[in-house]
Amino acid sequence: MAVAGNDGDEGVDELTEMISATGLVKRYKNVEALRGLDLSVPEGKVLALLGPNGAGKTTAVRILATLIKPDEGTAVVAGRDVLNDAEGVRRSIGLSGQYAAVDEHLTGFENLEMVGRLYGLGGVASKARARELLERFDLSDAGDRPSKTYSGGMRRRLDLAGALVAAPPVLILDEPTTGLDPRSRQQMWEVIRELVGAGSTLLLTTQYLEEADKLADDIVVIDHGRQIARGTADELKSQTGGERIEVVLVDDGDRDAAVAVLGQVATGEVQSGDSERALTAAVTGGADSLSQVLAGFAAGGIAVLDIGLRRPTLDDVFLSLTGHATESDTDSDAGSAGGEGA
Amino acid sequence: MNAVSRALTDGWVITKRNLIKIKRVPEVLIFVLISPIMFVLLFAFVFGGAINPGDGVSYKEFLIGGIFAQTVVFGATFTGAGLAEDMQKGIIDRFRSLPMSPAAVLVGRTTSDVVYNVLSLIIMALTGLLVGWRIRDGALDALAGFGLLLLFAYAISWVMAWVGLLVPSVEVINNASFIVIMPLTFVSNAFVPIQSFDGVLRTIVEWNPVSALTQAARDLFGNLPPGETVSDAWSLQHPALYTLLWVVGILLVFVPLSVRQYRLASSK
Ligand SMILES: Nc1ncnc2c1ncn2[C@@H]1O[C@H](COP(=O)(O)OP(=O)(O)O)[C@@H](O)[C@H]1O
Ligand SMILES: [Mg+2]
Repeated sequence: MAVAGNDGDEGVDELTEMISATGLVKRYKNVEALRGLDLSVPEGKVLALLGPNGAGKTTAVRILATLIKPDEGTAVVAGRDVLNDAEGVRRSIGLSGQYAAVDEHLTGFENLEMVGRLYGLGGVASKARARELLERFDLSDAGDRPSKTYSGGMRRRLDLAGALVAAPPVLILDEPTTGLDPRSRQQMWEVIRELVGAGSTLLLTTQYLEEADKLADDIVVIDHGRQIARGTADELKSQTGGERIEVVLVDDGDRDAAVAVLGQVATGEVQSGDSERALTAAVTGGADSLSQVLAGFAAGGIAVLDIGLRRPTLDDVFLSLTGHATESDTDSDAGSAGGEGA
Repeated sequence: MNAVSRALTDGWVITKRNLIKIKRVPEVLIFVLISPIMFVLLFAFVFGGAINPGDGVSYKEFLIGGIFAQTVVFGATFTGAGLAEDMQKGIIDRFRSLPMSPAAVLVGRTTSDVVYNVLSLIIMALTGLLVGWRIRDGALDALAGFGLLLLFAYAISWVMAWVGLLVPSVEVINNASFIVIMPLTFVSNAFVPIQSFDGVLRTIVEWNPVSALTQAARDLFGNLPPGETVSDAWSLQHPALYTLLWVVGILLVFVPLSVRQYRLASSK
């Protein structure tokens, strides 16, 4: 079971931690990319590392994948220390980085076969595995074309296939769907669900609360290299006030009456929106709350211009946890995709 | 020993990957092969009559050994540029996350560049034969000559590999190698007979490994003026041995240095 809300001291002892990191610090010239991050993923579970651009997600991933060394802190992956036994860690993980690590001059098949040989699988097994993975990732038809000709989604899938060549027990995926169109994203989600169904332990990073919600058992929200919240998607949503009903009234004279109706379902105080006529109420009952409010408005003769149930996004989580909106860092590519999450 | 055999097995996988790129982007290869042809023709026809290397040997004949030496040494630039390119692309992250030998990317790159050099030597030899160059000392000696050229180029490849990892930018590599390799090949006996250098410059030329390489190649191809002592320097009296010593020395220094730099550079 997922760790319940808090830091996970209790209840996890009998589970094997496949990833556990303590006090990770990484400094670059001008920034502290990580400032004491702790992570733990029990065997067979999915942890989402959720944060805006520049939060430190990739830095954490690169440390766990032994691509860089932390300045402080330790991490153990599949029972092996990233500092003392980098090679052991590499044998146990499959990494799909933020930018697809495929050789564009090689075909999909050649890419996968090469990775197999570098894992030491030998020629016959590498070829067989390459064909199998191409099939599984819907790339068979394109398998003999240079990967330069692939679409973004295909490249991403090929990269993920590369991470799976040696069927590693731990998978680390850095923003696996950023920059993908909605259809490719859905496909990727399906693939990831299958992997988890087959028992892999997974750490995935994302900028989308929806994605973390769909895929992860447990979510760690980070900002500026620090954990700012941790829990299941539901816990996070309730921490942020969960879902909200947003109303725009026709007449601001109805305001007090509307606040009273909303107050019956709201979990906190009813808040003013952008204008005098806009109101927002945090709710937990979803569509039920909405129909209750609609009924109340009808009974009271309150006319609405617009009313809707809004599910929280990473931005909402951020706003409520930090008091500021997500501020995108440099990365323009991921930044432009950041809005389409929920 | 295990580490070495893994470096070789994994290195071979990377070599094949690099060779596939030659197949997929043949433009690069065409450029690699055209420039040595140009060199041979330019030097043979532009300077062919202007310089007299000594009795009984035409400048064309004398020149070919020098052009061979210069071209294969310049070929090492590819190693630096290729590595710089790899370092900039995401593929290096894949390699680094695999349980493979940390030397494999370097072994693979330097090995695939030997293939470039073999091809350009073949092309140059054919062009040379067309303009009047001849192998006059037997096939085995000639093979030894080609072998020595390739060995020396291989060693320089490791130097350029180190530079390529130090400054991972293709443009900088190309300029840097020009700055190093131009003087190395021009302040040597590659294009100008050693007699035409004086004083300190002469000493430099005599002990420049490119001079020894060129001298050894000319010797093995039978292109030296008969019976003439060009220099008393030990390096040029035993040019093949002196060249081999450089090869060993360079590899001993730059193989570990490059492997270390690979680990550092890819883990920033
Ligand atoms: N190699 C680097 N050199 C300097 N700064 C870096 C480097 N890598 C990351 N950073 C900085 O560290 C912070 C965290 O970056 P990153 O881990 O890539 O965030 P995320 O993946 O969450 O977008 C950012 O401010 C970024 O600019
Ligand atoms: Mg990132």
